[in-house]
Amino acid sequence: MRSKSSTIRTHRAVTTGAALLTGALALTACSGGDSKSGDGGGDGGASASGSTVTLPKLNGASLEVAAVWTGTEQKNFKQVLAEFEKRTGAKVTFVPAQDPIINFLGSKIAGGQPPDVALLPQPGAIRQAVDKKWAKPLGPEAVKELQKNYSQGWQDIGKVDGKQYGVYYKAANKSLIWYNTKAFGNAGAKEPKTWQELLTAAQAVYDSGVTPFSVGGADGWTLTDWFENVYLSQAGPEKYDQLAQHKIKWTDPSVKQALTTLAQVWGKKDYVAGGADGALQTEFPASVTQTFTGGDQPKAAMVYEGDFAQVNIGDTKAKVGTDAKVFPFPAVGSAAPVVSGGDAAVVLKDSKAAQALATWLASPDAATIQAKLGGYLSPNKNVPDSAYPNEVQRKIAKALIASGDDFRFDMSDQAPQAFGGTPGKGEWKDLQDFLKNPKDVAGAQAKLEKDAAAAYGNGG
Amino acid sequence: MTGTRKAVAALFLLPALVLLGALVVYPIGYSIVRSLYDANGDGFAGIDNYKAIFTDDGIRTALKNNVIWVVFAPAVSTALGLVFAVLTERVRWGTAFKLVVFMPMAISMLAAGIIFRLVYDQDPDKGVANAVWVGVHDTFASSSAFPRAHPGRESPLVPQGGGFLTRSAVRAGQPVALPLVGVAPDQMPGDAERAVAAKAEPGRITGTTWQDFTRGKGVGRLGAPDPSELGYAGMRIEAVKGGTVVASAEAAADGTFTLPAAADGARLRLPASNFREPYNGVDWLGPSLVTPAIIGSYVWMWAGFAMVLIAAGLAGVPRELLEAARVDGANEWQVFRKVTVPLLAPVLAVVVVTLMINVLKVFDLVYIIAPGSSQDDANVLALELYRKGFAEGQPGIASAIAVFLLLLVIPVMLFNIRRLRREVRR
Repeated sequence: MRSKSSTIRTHRAVTTGAALLTGALALTACSGGDSKSGDGGGDGGASASGSTVTLPKLNGASLEVAAVWTGTEQKNFKQVLAEFEKRTGAKVTFVPAQDPIINFLGSKIAGGQPPDVALLPQPGAIRQAVDKKWAKPLGPEAVKELQKNYSQGWQDIGKVDGKQYGVYYKAANKSLIWYNTKAFGNAGAKEPKTWQELLTAAQAVYDSGVTPFSVGGADGWTLTDWFENVYLSQAGPEKYDQLAQHKIKWTDPSVKQALTTLAQVWGKKDYVAGGADGALQTEFPASVTQTFTGGDQPKAAMVYEGDFAQVNIGDTKAKVGTDAKVFPFPAVGSAAPVVSGGDAAVVLKDSKAAQALATWLASPDAATIQAKLGGYLSPNKNVPDSAYPNEVQRKIAKALIASGDDFRFDMSDQAPQAFGGTPGKGEWKDLQDFLKNPKDVAGAQAKLEKDAAAAYGNGG
Repeated sequence: MTGTRKAVAALFLLPALVLLGALVVYPIGYSIVRSLYDANGDGFAGIDNYKAIFTDDGIRTALKNNVIWVVFAPAVSTALGLVFAVLTERVRWGTAFKLVVFMPMAISMLAAGIIFRLVYDQDPDKGVANAVWVGVHDTFASSSAFPRAHPGRESPLVPQGGGFLTRSAVRAGQPVALPLVGVAPDQMPGDAERAVAAKAEPGRITGTTWQDFTRGKGVGRLGAPDPSELGYAGMRIEAVKGGTVVASAEAAADGTFTLPAAADGARLRLPASNFREPYNGVDWLGPSLVTPAIIGSYVWMWAGFAMVLIAAGLAGVPRELLEAARVDGANEWQVFRKVTVPLLAPVLAVVVVTLMINVLKVFDLVYIIAPGSSQDDANVLALELYRKGFAEGQPGIASAIAVFLLLLVIPVMLFNIRRLRREVRR
């Protein structure tokens, strides 16, 4: 949820040579910075026993890190920063930022006081920061650490024009279906692995007298996420990328197939809680809570959304892991989809200390600390499974890492905001209309294409 | 005027001029300029942005809705306010009543929006509006016991006109099984008992209709009652021959039923009345009703405002005129229609015009009450301005909308100013 609201969408990043140039300049101008590091020399200072990452000694240096995290998330992240302080001697201050963080940074930079490092959601935000010449490329140590711990895919989405800017510190797995174990148990349904099995399970649940699916259709993004999972699995990553960049049209047969598949769930009578009209007035939080309240008789047995749905399950009496369980989004095509999101650390003020912090955040040590505290997923493949505090979290993390380079970033987040991120407009609205009338696949495609053409065509 | 006096005058005017200039004139001027440039702000776009306003579907809906708002919201609020004001004058607890009606004015638009989002909630358990509506509806037409029952796998039943019909004709002496699935255990009728297979009776048709679903096991034995499966107590069964009902029966607590020999050779039907869906209330925030619903919440807030102003005007109406009319034999309606309203006309005009200006810029209620799925249908110009300017990164078009809104407000303002001048002159 939060990772959605914090969305900064691509402002049709026009690739400018200038961005590259600044990058290069910044790189050469490196090392100078305003790091007040006392003994700037030695590299291999502070590696404590058991640590896998080497960090320089940074006594006297001070850093500011900006992120939109609040509450427990912020508290947990501060522990990671505390460990960094302990290992290097630098002082790190957490700067709470507001959504959208890119605007927050804009005012900070205009005021001449940018934070040293900021955590940006989505590839589009990084590109925006690079285009505005705010972001500085990562230094060799950070890049090395990144290459050691991250799959190529996760490295690549932190790159702009081939240069590494972002370290994806936190990830979201948006390919999950949460289910009410009681409803599944009563129906004798099993966790499905394929779309066909999902439909079978849904039928069993329906036969037992419970509505199979809860859809938070009032929020258009839950619908785009549904579509993305089906499309990614069915049409494959390549087509997914092409559609995300609008290189193929929404009238493509692959889209038709995905929508037709979706209609098997959305369009079947009594399969969606409250019917289409009810679903269209159900916001995401309610779509989760209604799945896990009502004892034997919840409003629905399954709800699709990312790992962040746990927060909403926490609002009910249901316990994650016993009453509420999760299975990866079943494979529609040859492989199960992994649609993800995440926050990337980007250096805004180049200094030895800032680079060291980026290196630290790319290390499994840092991720392990926060993973142990719960509510966090790392795309770092060297974080041990045992770091996650419970079975559910471990399962989600495993699915994310197992996808290797085949995961894809949320498509609507990559689209221009007018198409992929405005309530009552573009893809959100078109899929809401489709939920209302799932028979009209061609009509939905035509509308999607029309809106996409308008949104991708202008601005920049 | 001497030079010094002019200078002094200018000096006194200066702060006001600077403030006005910086806070009102400059933003207006800049909006006009900005509306002539494209999204980035560096390419001159001429009137393209204005063209976009009138071709964009979203903005056209917004425009249409704005018209609906401007026509209905002030009119209904003022009419209600007038009624309240005139009636409360006669009531002993008038002040208390006025206080209550005025109370919503003390709430911010945002809070009112949140309140009405809940009032209009689709779920009758949450939304007051639907709770009342469904309550009224259900006293006249109750829902049935088995709304979601449907045939399971390999069922002898096929759907027909909302009910279910057996595939083949039934024969006397051969027990019939009419299994369905999909009724939640706690929705089963309270008197339902374990389903039992019907015994054959010569010359009659016997059978069982039951929930062929065992908790945690799926269907269990397909097409035969399992130990924990319940009968559909009270299910109506009709025997149909050539389109006419020849016999009918109701299932007992254990799901068994008996039909006379007349039903021999007929097909059995579970009529649609068994499966009527529970009434779900009105789709208040759906595409068609969302704007009237939001206008309703606006009226809730602003009728009190209209009432207070009109009541103040009413206090100034000379009693003698009303008395004179009554003495002349006018009834109360005629007094109201022919004396009170004309005397109040200036006040009514003020109220309507003030509300019109207020309504033209309505934003928060729409933004908060309309769910994302119908925001497009509830769209108004101010909301579209916000979306274009801050969500879609098209400040040029947003500025054009702002200028357009300004143009819409100007005639109303001119009217207000002229009327004020006349008032002063009087």
